[in-house]
Amino acid sequence: MAIKIKLFANFREGRGKIVEMDYTPGMTGQDVIDSLGITAPEIAALIVDGVDGKVDAMLAVPIKEDGYMAIFPPVAGG
Amino acid sequence: MFGYMGKILRVNLTTNEVTTEDLDFELAKKYIGGRGLGTKLYMDEVDPQVDPFAAENKIVFINGPLSGTATPTGGRYMVVTKSPLTGCIASSNSGGEWGAYLKYAGYDAIIVEGKASLPVYLSIDEDKVEIVPALDLWGKMVSETSDLLQEKQPGSKVLTIGPAGEKLSQMAAIMNEKDRAAGRSGVGAVMGSKNLKAITVKGSLKPEIARPDGLKAVTKECRTLLKENGVTGGGLPTYGTAVLVNIINEHGVYPTKNFQGGQDPDAEAVSGETLTEKYLIKRNPCHHCPIGCGRWVKSDKSPDGIGGPEYETLWVFAGDLGIDDMEVVIDANYWCNELGIDTISAGATLAAAMELYQRGYITDEMLDDDVILKFGNADSVVHWLKKMGNREGFGDLLARGSYRLADFFGVPEYSMSVKKQDLPAYDPRGIQGMGLQYATSNRGGCHVRGYLISPEILGLPEKLDRFDLAGKEVWAKVFQDLTAVIDSTGLCLFTSFALGAQQYADMLNEVLGTDWSAEDVLLAGERIWNLEKLFNLEAGISSEEDTLPPRFLEEEMPDGPTKGWVHKLDELLPLYYKERGWDEDGIPTEERLEKLGLL
Repeated sequence: MAIKIKLFANFREGRGKIVEMDYTPGMTGQDVIDSLGITAPEIAALIVDGVDGKVDAMLAVPIKEDGYMAIFPPVAGG
Repeated sequence: MFGYMGKILRVNLTTNEVTTEDLDFELAKKYIGGRGLGTKLYMDEVDPQVDPFAAENKIVFINGPLSGTATPTGGRYMVVTKSPLTGCIASSNSGGEWGAYLKYAGYDAIIVEGKASLPVYLSIDEDKVEIVPALDLWGKMVSETSDLLQEKQPGSKVLTIGPAGEKLSQMAAIMNEKDRAAGRSGVGAVMGSKNLKAITVKGSLKPEIARPDGLKAVTKECRTLLKENGVTGGGLPTYGTAVLVNIINEHGVYPTKNFQGGQDPDAEAVSGETLTEKYLIKRNPCHHCPIGCGRWVKSDKSPDGIGGPEYETLWVFAGDLGIDDMEVVIDANYWCNELGIDTISAGATLAAAMELYQRGYITDEMLDDDVILKFGNADSVVHWLKKMGNREGFGDLLARGSYRLADFFGVPEYSMSVKKQDLPAYDPRGIQGMGLQYATSNRGGCHVRGYLISPEILGLPEKLDRFDLAGKEVWAKVFQDLTAVIDSTGLCLFTSFALGAQQYADMLNEVLGTDWSAEDVLLAGERIWNLEKLFNLEAGISSEEDTLPPRFLEEEMPDGPTKGWVHKLDELLPLYYKERGWDEDGIPTEERLEKLGLL
């Protein structure tokens, strides 16, 4: 099974819009960003399987077997 | 007098009189400028129950003490009047250059009163001020009007209305530099009601600064903070406000089809990333702005480029209409600018019309064999915008905004509006603090009176649980008060992604020679918020209108990460009133008003 990582804004540079990764039991958001070369302080917002929260907390949440993550750098507007 | 130019220009269009008055420096400092001082000047002269289109109504154009200084983004101006859309106080602001140029012409504010017998425009070149016949401009689009006036007065900045303002559409905007809009609350129609087509400003005067060396230092500090901040130094310059499309959509609060859903599988087509990759020609910054979020984009119909679109515009002509075609959005943006219409209210009214068509209230016969107003029908957008702006056929009804449209059919609940002003691009069911902010906004449905999206979605300055109610009344009050401060300085709200109350106090202190703390300026913000509330109450807008459309209170979000949620306004509103020091009916108490210096 693979999980889907959705990337946005400058996180797409050199990585693309969507990255698929092989699922391994117990893998977390931290494992994902480590493999993508993204550090926690670069992330402003993070969604794991449809749930958002504080970045540090969400990075520790196990991803579902067919799950997804959405990772955002600091963005805003209005 | 430091910071201010010390002069107010008064223009009576009934008598053709132009006079100048000294600015009361102490009054100005109490209300800062812009939104705060403009509201105070307006309220001191106008009966809150005035008909917005009556000659007795007035309209104030005002910059802030930081406008035209070296501070970052100091080019904004505010338009204060009574809104023909909401009946509330309207303070609609715009960027570009016009606000700074009003100061260079030597004025802190223009108060326009009365009504011209025939169309006119106002020409300002420092002390030379003329009311000029404008019959030749009446009926012309915004860019043609701007070009003609710049030919007559080279070097000036032009503010004008389009056909929508002339024809008193409640969603008419005031445009400056062709593509910058004081878009909300129908302020363009108040200009139109006075037969005032445009105002040109020109000058080379500069305000005196109390502590120039101090201002230089604090400006450098603020520019550094803006540059080093991930939003103001990265996301906004690179992608513009359009970068919000994906993040709002991924959280399931991106309204689709008149807020019937919260997630659009095709939103990427109109995202900031797509806009940057395929349509962006260059950035299009406002006066003295180091952020530069403005866009200059091309499309098939506009190969040389046009200004825009912003996030709200992208959403309202895409997800909200079920279309998702960037070419359609850019074309719609162009026509809104040309006709002088608020993009949010225009698109939201089309969305409401499409839901009314979906539910059988609007029928093919009513449209008189015209293009069908149906979700997903891309051909309908510009077609109906033109009819709306020119008030032709069914477009005459659309020009009144979604509330009056839905109310005409006896179902106002299908208008996604607060106090008759159409809501922007965030579904409150999944952003509880933002919903509270919508409900309590003094100018009706609005995102820029307290942008709770920052903490609830974007994680700025810290991430809050967007569904949790705890403390949201405190966040709403602080954001509303700080926004009232920023709107009064003459700076752009987007600076607040990097700057805090202390930096605004520091800039004001160096310019004005004051010694305000962060708490002092926030108190001024609270004073301004309460002043606006008092106007609304005296205008007959009771706190019963501090509410949301029933859809958000009763219908669970049907899809996406916000599925199953409604907005819990009934729990939050009493807490908010208490936090503001108001009584349980939402009326400011004497004790609070006395503390704020409003009694």
